Amino acid sequence: MTKTLRALLGATALITLSGVAMAETTITVATVNNGDMVRMQGLMEDFNTKHPDITVEWVTLEENVLRQNVTTDIATGGGQYDVITIGTYEVPIWGKQGWLESLNDLPAEYDVDDLLPAIRGGLTVDGNLMASPFYGESSMVMYRKDMMEAAGLTMPDAPTWADIEKAAAAMTNKDTGVFGVCLRGKAGWGENMAFLTAMSNSFGARWFDEAWAPQFDQPEWKATLEFYLNLMNSYGPPGASNNGFNENLTLFQQGKCGMWIDATVAASFVTGADSTVADKVGFALAPDNGLGKRGNWLWAWSLAVPASSDAKDAAKTFINWATNKDYLALVASKEGWANVPPGTRTSLYSNEEYAKVPFAKMTIDSINSADPTAPTVKPVPYVGVQFVAIPEFQGLGTTVGEIFSAALAGQKTADEALAEAQAAVAEEMKAAGYIQ
Amino acid sequence: MARAQSPRRRLITTLAAWAVALIIFFPVLWMILTSFKTEASAVAMPPQFLSADWTLENYAEVWARSDYPRFFWNSVVISIGSTLFGLAIAIPSAWAMAFVPGKKTKDLLMWMLSTKMMPAVAVMIPLYLLFQRLGLIDTKFGLVIALMLMNLPIIIWMLYTYFKEIPGEILEASRMDGATLWGEIIYVLTPMALPGIASTMLLNIILAWNEAFWTIVLTTTKAAPLSAFIASFSAPQGLFYAKLSAASAMAILPILILGWFSQKQLVRGLTFGAVK
Repeated sequence: MTKTLRALLGATALITLSGVAMAETTITVATVNNGDMVRMQGLMEDFNTKHPDITVEWVTLEENVLRQNVTTDIATGGGQYDVITIGTYEVPIWGKQGWLESLNDLPAEYDVDDLLPAIRGGLTVDGNLMASPFYGESSMVMYRKDMMEAAGLTMPDAPTWADIEKAAAAMTNKDTGVFGVCLRGKAGWGENMAFLTAMSNSFGARWFDEAWAPQFDQPEWKATLEFYLNLMNSYGPPGASNNGFNENLTLFQQGKCGMWIDATVAASFVTGADSTVADKVGFALAPDNGLGKRGNWLWAWSLAVPASSDAKDAAKTFINWATNKDYLALVASKEGWANVPPGTRTSLYSNEEYAKVPFAKMTIDSINSADPTAPTVKPVPYVGVQFVAIPEFQGLGTTVGEIFSAALAGQKTADEALAEAQAAVAEEMKAAGYIQ
Repeated sequence: MARAQSPRRRLITTLAAWAVALIIFFPVLWMILTSFKTEASAVAMPPQFLSADWTLENYAEVWARSDYPRFFWNSVVISIGSTLFGLAIAIPSAWAMAFVPGKKTKDLLMWMLSTKMMPAVAVMIPLYLLFQRLGLIDTKFGLVIALMLMNLPIIIWMLYTYFKEIPGEILEASRMDGATLWGEIIYVLTPMALPGIASTMLLNIILAWNEAFWTIVLTTTKAAPLSAFIASFSAPQGLFYAKLSAASAMAILPILILGWFSQKQLVRGLTFGAVK
């Protein structure tokens, strides 16, 4: 056998072997079932064509189950997942614990500088981008233009809470089953407490002072909760203590709410095909009280690579595909600009086509008006607008959420609820060693 | 002697029975109806029945978005496998407890039952770590073991109750006729307790089929059964009730059919020994 022939055979064998090795890379992506994620799964043909060497398997779970499974897997170093969908709350905590792989080495085409600064800041730990945003959101006021007009009112682009109360009073007609305002009341750190924590920021309240002392006994929280309870009891729908995002979405789509203050991603639902009021919806920034902070939050569902993954390179290839500018263009070409995942990239908001989407401007204005590193009027030792980025917050938020939800249901007064919240949070913070 | 019932009393009893049955079945009925509605109709207030927009789209979308046959096959293997495995251990155990009880048999039975009173989440991390070290995460074999262990106390208790109804003299006679221990269990005891064993088997298949904690915690893609399939259709933002109902209907339909055809066996087994 000649040397050339041997070399050729060797090269062929090497290519075959490397081909087999490449084809064997399978990554498991853990995600939640929402419209943008489902859409991405429908566009996988593009990824498969570009990366035939990577097979993607999906695990879709309910949000809390996903959080539990991923936490268990990462904490025990299981390595079951190669790409995980996580929220802005988890990223700083998990990043600090070394559970996530840095994404600083994503290729230049990813264009990290194009990410919206507020979103990028929330996903960066010690200079490392720990997760890549898939879609970002803030919260804003969605209101019925026709009902405002009928009441002889005009919604300012940047309303105050007094404006909201006045509009709610004018639009409420309980005889016809129309309620002026629909807000979250269902207990949970990501349900009523996301709304109430963001709202409290605009009233000058905070969860903790600089020394981690709970602040529910301060007048700012009293003002927040009393205003919320009065607004909901006077102009909200019955049974509001059971209403979360989906319940309020249903009410608004069916024309039962004059206003709904919730996630900016809801804009595409209330103007979509399932909505009976699609052509009557206006948008405004979340309200304030003139204290320099608005009652809007900041959240992003992001893709991250757990440190325990044994296919990190393939996982990063997938994340680059799913979250770069080309993906946004791909969605636009297949499904239209209104269905592009919002709130992650500056370039999207300078795109003339996207600017035609009715809620695009208010979404970016809302995101830009949230600052997770300085969320409150008074200084705080934590980051996070509608959450406190400490591991204990899930439990604390849910406990306080249950207390406030009970107050909305009429089972306790605002004063009783605040005293109970103060005691519960103080006890937990002492047990966790934050305070003596 | 059975007490004679007047026609009026019988009618009232029948109506009451139907009313209770309807109340129990209503959630399932409503889920099936919802699965044929549009998302908007599914959440309409007041609830829509005859005026709803009926559609088959939810089933088409659920089918298109998921690999239903794989989830279904995993459910079949896991539920039948864990039940058969459990019976293989439980029959000899229940025999020993029923026919050759020791001083601590009652305590042992109570201890086994007490493990069912513990919340599953209490042992989640230890069991997860154990499975991880043994390479059993996301394997059907791993889930067969896990579900068998979860249901074993119930299987043993049920079989113990059935075996206690069988006269020990019959087993003694077989021993005198030269039957070995295994021959006694397999050829004498098992045929006599067959209705009880069958109902235990059916009940445990149903329990394993519907298990929705361990099947979600211990699986990702390969071994996930229909309970994980249902969980994938719950959405944090956006309407999903109609599609979730369609997924749920597709998940429970096989076990509902099994339950329907075996209801006689199930009722006979569950009421075994109730009247002496």
